[in-house]
Amino acid sequence: MLYMPVIGSSSLHPLYNCYSVVYANKVENVRLLDRVSSRKAALGTLYLTATHVIFVENASETRKETWVLHSQISSIEKQATTATGCPLLIRCKNFQVIQLIIPQERDCHDVYISLIRLARPVKYEELYCFSFNPKLDKEEREQGWKFVDLNEEYNRMGIPNDYWQISDVNRDYGVCDSYPTEVYVPKSATAHIIVGSSKFRSRRRFPALSYYCKDNNASICRSSQPLSGFSARCLEDEQMLQAIRKANPGSDFLYVVDTRPKLNAMANRAAGKGYENEDNYSNIKFQFIGIENIHVMRNSLQKMLEVCELKSPSMSDFLWGLENSGWLKHIKAIMDAGIFIAKAVAEEGVSVLVHCSDGWDRTAQVCSVASLLLDPYYRTMKGFMVLIEKDWISFGHKFNHRYGNLDGDPKEISPVIDQFIECVWQLMEQFPCAFEFNERFLIHIQHHIYSCQFGNFLCNSQKERRELKIQERTYSLWAHLWKNRADYLNPLYRSNHSQTQRTLYPQMTPCNFLYKFWSGMYNRFEKGLHPRQSVTDYLMAVKEETQQLEEELEVLGERLANLQKMQLNGNKIQSKQQDRGKQLGLSASTNSLANTPQEYGSDLKSFPSRSPSQGDEDSALILTQDNLKSSDPDLSANSDQESGVEDLSCRSPSGGGCLPSEDSGKDSDEAVCLAV
Amino acid sequence: MEFSELIKTATVESVLLAGTGLPAVRGTLCITSHHLLLSSCPGGDGQPGTVELWLLIRNVDAVEKRVQNLGWYQPPRTNGSPRDTRLAGSSGTITLRCKDLKVLQLEIPGMEECLNIASSIEALSSVDSVMMMYPFFYRPQDLRLEEGWHLFPLEQYFQKIAAQTNQWRLSDLNRDFTTCPTYPAGVIVPAAVSDDTLRRAARFRQGGRFPVLSYYHPRNGTVMLRSSQPLTGPNRKRCPEDEVLLGTVLDEGERGFIIDTRSAQAAKQARMTGGGTEPKSSYPQWKRLHRPLERGRPLQESFIKLVEACNDASLSMDRWLSRLESCRWLSHVKAALSTACLAAQCLDREEASVLVHGAEGTDTTLLVTALAQVILDPGCRTMVGFQGLLEREWIEAGHPFHLRCARSAYSHARLKQEAPLFLLFLDCVWQLSRQFPFSLEFGESLLLALFDNAYASDYGTFLCNNEKERCLCKVKENTHSLWAWLNQPEEKKKYLNPLYSHNPLVIWPSVEPQSIQLWQGLFFRWIRPSQYLEEARAEMQRLVEAKEAPAKESAGSRLSRSLSDPAARTENER
Repeated sequence: MLYMPVIGSSSLHPLYNCYSVVYANKVENVRLLDRVSSRKAALGTLYLTATHVIFVENASETRKETWVLHSQISSIEKQATTATGCPLLIRCKNFQVIQLIIPQERDCHDVYISLIRLARPVKYEELYCFSFNPKLDKEEREQGWKFVDLNEEYNRMGIPNDYWQISDVNRDYGVCDSYPTEVYVPKSATAHIIVGSSKFRSRRRFPALSYYCKDNNASICRSSQPLSGFSARCLEDEQMLQAIRKANPGSDFLYVVDTRPKLNAMANRAAGKGYENEDNYSNIKFQFIGIENIHVMRNSLQKMLEVCELKSPSMSDFLWGLENSGWLKHIKAIMDAGIFIAKAVAEEGVSVLVHCSDGWDRTAQVCSVASLLLDPYYRTMKGFMVLIEKDWISFGHKFNHRYGNLDGDPKEISPVIDQFIECVWQLMEQFPCAFEFNERFLIHIQHHIYSCQFGNFLCNSQKERRELKIQERTYSLWAHLWKNRADYLNPLYRSNHSQTQRTLYPQMTPCNFLYKFWSGMYNRFEKGLHPRQSVTDYLMAVKEETQQLEEELEVLGERLANLQKMQLNGNKIQSKQQDRGKQLGLSASTNSLANTPQEYGSDLKSFPSRSPSQGDEDSALILTQDNLKSSDPDLSANSDQESGVEDLSCRSPSGGGCLPSEDSGKDSDEAVCLAV
Repeated sequence: MEFSELIKTATVESVLLAGTGLPAVRGTLCITSHHLLLSSCPGGDGQPGTVELWLLIRNVDAVEKRVQNLGWYQPPRTNGSPRDTRLAGSSGTITLRCKDLKVLQLEIPGMEECLNIASSIEALSSVDSVMMMYPFFYRPQDLRLEEGWHLFPLEQYFQKIAAQTNQWRLSDLNRDFTTCPTYPAGVIVPAAVSDDTLRRAARFRQGGRFPVLSYYHPRNGTVMLRSSQPLTGPNRKRCPEDEVLLGTVLDEGERGFIIDTRSAQAAKQARMTGGGTEPKSSYPQWKRLHRPLERGRPLQESFIKLVEACNDASLSMDRWLSRLESCRWLSHVKAALSTACLAAQCLDREEASVLVHGAEGTDTTLLVTALAQVILDPGCRTMVGFQGLLEREWIEAGHPFHLRCARSAYSHARLKQEAPLFLLFLDCVWQLSRQFPFSLEFGESLLLALFDNAYASDYGTFLCNNEKERCLCKVKENTHSLWAWLNQPEEKKKYLNPLYSHNPLVIWPSVEPQSIQLWQGLFFRWIRPSQYLEEARAEMQRLVEAKEAPAKESAGSRLSRSLSDPAARTENER
């Protein structure tokens, strides 16, 4: 089923099968530059549609297409005109960088002006999800929205129970407009206490349940900072915390974790906010964990991306840049906070209340990292969707402001959920068997947080989403991902594997080196930088083939038993097996992998990741991902059809066809051959 | 010299052994000529203790001792006087830092014992005479001495080339190692050049290392040669025979590249000391490219700094990255890979022959030629092919292992000629295996084993500096070959890459900094618990094996089961 033109592999002209094209703009003889090698530029035509920027290469065989959603554009930069034309640099929120050279200055200006407008919609209705139509009927769409159900999730945790209940105090968003209508609170917390407490908290975000561990009754609750100033107190808030502590009868105290640096929290006191005074609350242990604020994080990412964009950096340039950006330090801070909470809950059996300032950024990061460490369910594909729904979407993480979906204050933008997604990846690197999903799953979620193709991440709160009637007008990403789940499976995951179960305990100090630069995310459009062969895809294919073989055997066994006449001729058996294999393959599924005819064991062509090496010379080595993933078209938009070998020759010390002495690398500056 | 003279105290009871990541065990420590053993105290039921430690003393890189109660200590030299140094409670701790980067701690009751043990280990580990080393004493039961020594005869390698071209010949002019003391007896040279010319050309190259064939690229018939620097000297000497030798390699109008692994500046300076480069005027068909690669002391220091940083528990996330940067190891990896890619590219893409040399032609030269072959030649990426490559391009080619690997990263001894060129090569191969996870038949475990054995080994393979020395020491007659051991079926299994599938193509790696990673499996082997990664590896193995299983075994067994099923049979007969 095609609901979007297939990019890259489509033989049709893109505009024929794109449903929402506005023939607004078309510029010919535009050149798309390769960032790493400036010699490699593709000539083609640039189209601007209502939703996408599309570049179609002229080269007749490939007509390679590059599609960029307007909502992915984070900045457009017009650079000084040169003899060859007018350069336009488009930076995307999914870390794609597109450099175009437009022959006419006037055209370039037009494109620039149009894009500025298109990339910064002012009304929600302008966003892609309102025009995106995957040709699902109403019922399917509704089913999609029901796929993740938070009440079901709290039931899974064992709630409601003797200590916790669902409260309707926030019906009609009367208490807190950034909270969901249904919140889980301690049974002993009356409406009076909740409302009282909410008045003592920033933006009235009172303590509510995020995660409950039914093995030991310990819980993770979240809120915003208290309005304590230098001396203010609130009886109801104190009662609220006490109620949370008492909902865990096994423990005689409660951790209150303020995820801000102490200095920031103290500064807030001057503004009438601040943090809990241990003397006023009975039996709490207060703890600061210094995660920096959104502005620091935004700058840090900016600096790291600058490093990623360096042209042929030396190893030192890269490591220095990475260090100076502080990015990995921030990732570690978030992980450390998550680990602290997970340990408190799992090992000490103590409940934790987490907050930062407003309780929607750092708090969301930390609660979800802790949940992920604690509960293997969140490390499954479905569980991970539930986790994002629970800790991010329902608790009012401001997606619209943070990811700049609508034109707004640039100071509100910050890669908060990107950091969480990276934390998950860092964990996947340390625990390769513990997650049901793979890296691609994370990358696609990140992509769709910015793409606005699905309604899930629109707006800043549940209230706004309901007012916009998101569920009636747009589609849910979760159903879409679930439908393609075969693409997102981690082949090393087994539900009965020891890593899968229990709490994960990542290494803390002194293993700083465990945190690595994620080139799969931040350089993901530069395929040349990544391993040329995908172990994940290969193993997935192996796994599927094994399964299929087993199924065939099963069928064969039955068939054999029922055969009227049996010829004990080995060859015949063989041929029947193949025959059977074909039938199975054809009927098995729509999956492209399954429909290859199988032979026992030997036919390597069923492994796209391997067959190239047997096949034609230069198209080798890389295929893997592109062949295997039937994923979102716009994600593979930049998929590089050219060969690994070619691709590489521009990266290894000199470009193909050129003298090695005209080197691209910095290292070569002094090394150009000097005839004596 | 007798080993026994070096052993001051042979056994000590109740020694506590602690290693990184392991639970401490107490047992009896025992020093033999070549080993340090610790067997745990036998259990209460009279069972013999198990051996907890079996450490080749050659593997010890540094010994650090710390004695408690120093105030009570009287030097044992006070001749004849009763030694009451063994006061209750006095003890010492010895930290052994090994060449494979492992760190062990021994807590030894009794100061004197502690000091004796420490000085015995120090003395034994610094025995420098090759013939005294353990490989000459090691006699495993299931291996024969001669096994593995002649697995990769140059003759055989040459035959493969001869099958495609007659432009090359195998010369034995160096059979008595007089022309070049660091070359093996046989070398492959242009067929058209006589031994006599070669001898003269050898006099124009440092250490007599005249240009010889390192690799023949079957796809287009280009070749990679290696040599040492020409002895141009300050007076710009020329050598017609050397010019003829290099001229013969190229046809008329053909172009070749000389990759000099020094900077242009350094190469020029080398003239002052009698070395230099090939001037354009005398070698008109050859174009020179300079790609400076670090070697010698700076490389050793880079290795030392990196290991220090890895062991520094006090580093914060921030400082870790700058430490990683300042030790420059990854820069060396990047430079080595880039240069090897350049050589490979000249051959495969530019279709031009290449001569690689630095100064002596025994270090960075071999690093580049060996690495380029892994990139170009699928044959070198198999288990056997890789061993053949190491034998040909490192061992026989005269990389001075004995000098370069005498000490590892922990040693306090004054550095002499140590440099981790071979480790750098293994690291680069590891980078390739990470970027091309299906293309190498062997896995990380082989690279680790090679690193360990290059620095301290039961086997003779990496002993000495060149073939001449090996002959003098009768290494091949009196020690076992590492290859014989590695290639035993049971052993070999451990080193294979389960994902391997033959890839006939050139594997061009990315050399961008984003693609180059620190080799954690080596540098953090003893520091970081690798349980989860091991589990992942096992899971991978399981998946691949499961694929084979239903096809091969269960298919057969299930079919025969249903055939032998009486019910099925009667049905069939009906």
